[in-house]
Amino acid sequence: MTNGDRNLHVSSLARVEGEGALRVVVEDGQVQRAELQIYEPPRFFEAFLRGRQHTEVTDITSRICGICPVAYQTSAWNAVEDACGVVVDEGIAQLRRLLYCGEWISSHALHIYLLHVPDFMGYPDAIAMAKDHTALVELGLRLKKAGNAILELVGGRAIHPVNTRIGGFHRAPTAAELAPLAEQLRRAMDDAVATAAFVAAFDFPDVELGHHLLAAHHPDRYAIETGEIHTSNGLAFGADGFPTHVVERHVAHSTALHAALDGELYLTGPLARYSLNSAQLSPLAKQMATDSGLGPDCRNPFRSIVVRAVETVYALDEALRIIGDYQRPERPSVDVPARAGTGHGVSEAPRGLLYHRYELDSEGLIRAATIVPPTSQNQAAIEADLRALVSGSLELDDAALTAMCERTIRNYDPCISCASHFLELTVERR
Amino acid sequence: MTSLPTLAVWKFASCDGCQLTLLDCEDELLPLAGQVQIAHFLEASSTVLPGPYDVSLVEGSITTPGDLDRIQQVRAQSKVLVTIGACATAGGIQALRNFGDVEEFRSVVYASPEYIDTLATSTPISAHVPVDFELRGCPIDKRQLLEVISAFLVGRKPDVPDTSVCTECKRRGLTCVMVADGTPCLGPVTHAGCGALCPAVGRGCYGCFGPMTGANLPAMVGQLHACGMQPAAVQRVFATFNVAAPGFADPEAGR
Repeated sequence: MTNGDRNLHVSSLARVEGEGALRVVVEDGQVQRAELQIYEPPRFFEAFLRGRQHTEVTDITSRICGICPVAYQTSAWNAVEDACGVVVDEGIAQLRRLLYCGEWISSHALHIYLLHVPDFMGYPDAIAMAKDHTALVELGLRLKKAGNAILELVGGRAIHPVNTRIGGFHRAPTAAELAPLAEQLRRAMDDAVATAAFVAAFDFPDVELGHHLLAAHHPDRYAIETGEIHTSNGLAFGADGFPTHVVERHVAHSTALHAALDGELYLTGPLARYSLNSAQLSPLAKQMATDSGLGPDCRNPFRSIVVRAVETVYALDEALRIIGDYQRPERPSVDVPARAGTGHGVSEAPRGLLYHRYELDSEGLIRAATIVPPTSQNQAAIEADLRALVSGSLELDDAALTAMCERTIRNYDPCISCASHFLELTVERR
Repeated sequence: MTSLPTLAVWKFASCDGCQLTLLDCEDELLPLAGQVQIAHFLEASSTVLPGPYDVSLVEGSITTPGDLDRIQQVRAQSKVLVTIGACATAGGIQALRNFGDVEEFRSVVYASPEYIDTLATSTPISAHVPVDFELRGCPIDKRQLLEVISAFLVGRKPDVPDTSVCTECKRRGLTCVMVADGTPCLGPVTHAGCGALCPAVGRGCYGCFGPMTGANLPAMVGQLHACGMQPAAVQRVFATFNVAAPGFADPEAGR
């Protein structure tokens, strides 16, 4: 059997965001193809952003992804404000970080409990799992709700927030409004700590990735809403260096464009963030990481669920710190007058670094837009992992091998809705 | 586990935000799962049960040749078909291609545009199959989603008012941002459902729930001009998430 020809195909991947397929072809015991196929239809955001006013951009880019709209708003305002030469007040910057913590908590809890834990527990979904483990799923939903509570209070809405704008917010919440939120977050912290302990006890296959890692880095804090770009091979550059170092290239035997860091495979996302920035975690998050068996870095994609749990503890810690120090900003936003120029912006979406670039004319109208989401950056690494995994597991029958491949893809929490608008498609005609 | 009604969730061109709204019902998800059999919901489950389905929720617009066929199959398997959100109901923001040159769009975004299989238009589900109910919003509101699911499961009409955002704004006792501050606001012509989220933060409504029935657009456009909006900005504000909705056709833009 191990020397036969095999063709594994999952036409619709479940428990991932968006529409993707998996295709593995084995000939004479050699893996010929291992593809994460994207068949999500393109929506052409970069094309129709042209001609829009710079102040409109964040409402539009938000609609690229319903799972991580704050990431798409944040990288966009970072880039537009860069183009206009504006730096927002520190109080506004802190409020933006608080908002982003909400998205991390909500998105990580969604992925951990509704998409990923069922793999480890042997269930098709969280609802089936809830029949046997009601308290566990309720805990996960409660944690997710705490993240959404931040998004709703600070952003005005959990999906596609309305209170945000280029320059800041339409209205800054009062300290009194944030106080009950802090109560909810303190209770959620118990759930997050329990989550880290729970997922750390799973059995993880022993896998070590050799790819370069790339993540935002901030000198003062675990990078979320902005930062320089750092890599595990010692590169450090600003957002404006992204197009120089990260180039999409053609890969032999594939029609897909794969992003490469100076020509080499790399990975962005929780493993990269943790490995590059774990020294900056809060004391509690560091303690949870140590208790969960993580060292100073983590290169096992199956343990990404542990890193997400540790980051959830950190995001709650950060949210509580920001609320504790909160003084309502004197003004909710700063003016961002239009000027001709080019701006670059990055932030750490829950799934990894998200890069935006805009060219504005003197009226502030967008002349060109470039958006590089994390999943399109990670696709090459995901496929390399699939190839290695299949090559080493050919003794498994097709069902077991397919399940392992799907699980491998889910380790990366791919957000195909985002990626497809930018990825070269391998169209599956059905 | 005998004969619970079945619920299916389908995705076409979209951002996933409307189907995520179902998972955002953190307090109601498990009770709902006790009332219905979730038979097809790829974002949430590996289990796929065969149709027919009692209620299908459809997210996203039709933009590819393959999806033209797929929506017919979904309709054939669904007793009740409900569209959720602006993409499925009006074509979504990706319907901006309907007013542009999709070939040019394709070459702007993709290095090898010949690999991209897409239609020249983004169209709502109702352009292709009969739709039993259209839920508005970009994204939809979760209370309205629960109301619609509950209503169809017991066979009654959903209680989803077809009025303007202004009615919700008044009910909340908010100060009118247009009258008090001169802030341009699409509340008078926008379908209710969000709960007047934008005026609550001092922002004018930007129309993400699409047009209400019988919206008086000429009067609205005049009022926006009176608030100081330039004609190009007025065109753009209607050319977003519901650009292809007939009720938001801007007379000045000739759409």
